[in-house]
Amino acid sequence: MSDAPAPRSRRWMLYTPLALAGAAGAGFWVMLRGLQTGDYDPRGVPSALIGRGVPEFSLPAVEGSDRPALSAADLRGPLPRPVLVNFWASWCVPCIVEHPQLMALSREGVPVLGINYKDKPEDALAFLARRGDPYTRLGRDEPGRVAIDWGLYGVPETYLIDRQGIIRWRYAGPVTPEVVAQDLRPLLRRYA
Amino acid sequence: MGGDCPNGEGSALPETPPAKGRRAFGNLDLALRGQVGSRLDKARTAQGWLPTSVPPTAPDARSRFPKALRPLVGWPGGARPLQLLFFLVALPALAAVGRPEDRLADPALETRAEAIGRDLRCMVCQNQSIEDSDADLARDLRRIVRERVAAGDSDGAVVTYVHARYGDFVLLRPPFNPVTALLWAMPAIAFGGGLLVILARRRRAAARLEPSPLSEAERRRLDELERGDAA
Repeated sequence: MSDAPAPRSRRWMLYTPLALAGAAGAGFWVMLRGLQTGDYDPRGVPSALIGRGVPEFSLPAVEGSDRPALSAADLRGPLPRPVLVNFWASWCVPCIVEHPQLMALSREGVPVLGINYKDKPEDALAFLARRGDPYTRLGRDEPGRVAIDWGLYGVPETYLIDRQGIIRWRYAGPVTPEVVAQDLRPLLRRYA
Repeated sequence: MGGDCPNGEGSALPETPPAKGRRAFGNLDLALRGQVGSRLDKARTAQGWLPTSVPPTAPDARSRFPKALRPLVGWPGGARPLQLLFFLVALPALAAVGRPEDRLADPALETRAEAIGRDLRCMVCQNQSIEDSDADLARDLRRIVRERVAAGDSDGAVVTYVHARYGDFVLLRPPFNPVTALLWAMPAIAFGGGLLVILARRRRAAARLEPSPLSEAERRRLDELERGDAA
């Protein structure tokens, strides 16, 4: 019996695991890099509302605030420029982190519309008196039902609505200076 | 960020007010009454009262059990370690998620709402259903599910309502679409791949067992031998 070993047909047994390990390593590296730069968030969930108009809602103003109330009619296109809708609360620590960015954007003339989530009016007003008030309109969602219609799963969350009244972007978490520079500025330019 | 997820950090949501623990302690009192009451009972018996709370297990009742088990069924003082053990094992049941006032009065509707809720993900905890999670948002969603069930929505309509707001991720059974195709196909791919490997190995093994044709030298030798035999 001529038992000629076939080295070529067995070579795959060596190279396949090597190739798989290489691919897995490359994938892992990309993932870790993404974690570092913030491009990849394993807990991040895309919003179901991107590309759609805002859900129907009508919220009362925060008692004691001079900002007018907020309803879906204020977010229907055509709008003079894209607007931000920011869900926040005085008890929310990340909201303190993002507040300077919202202040800066509103000083630049970007309309920032606020929805005060599950908060007491006096706490909300104290928060704004201490840190500044970036909101052109401020609605109060004490039961949190409007937030659920928006698909909110925590505060803060910030939405960008383009001039046609379409939701283009949602950010769950504090809008840091990096988020403003990397994500928000290009979007504001694109939808200006 | 806020820590209202029992296990795992979620986004900030308001802290749930602490559950009232008085009822649990009330039950604990009940379970311990065998011990606590026994002293009272002794005092009452001394005063000529009959023990009214939990009578200690009578010695003759204890003697029906094997000696090794007797410490478990009751001590002369009236303590019942086995009962206490069962109580402690059952204690977590008191921590059931959901407030009684949020439940639907109709048990059939409540069962339906729970079945729907068990297939909806709590977006804060992410690995629990809204029925299992004590996060504030999960409670709001439980209420919405019950409202819609009570309003006469079908199960599908309730799920569609939540799905329209939170997307595919809220469904604990992911739907089949281009994004999840690989996920759903994975068992078939793994099974098919394994089958192919097994078939390939079998074919090779079969090929190895087949006798290889004689080489030129071997045939000549065979011819010589056969001629030699004939001669």
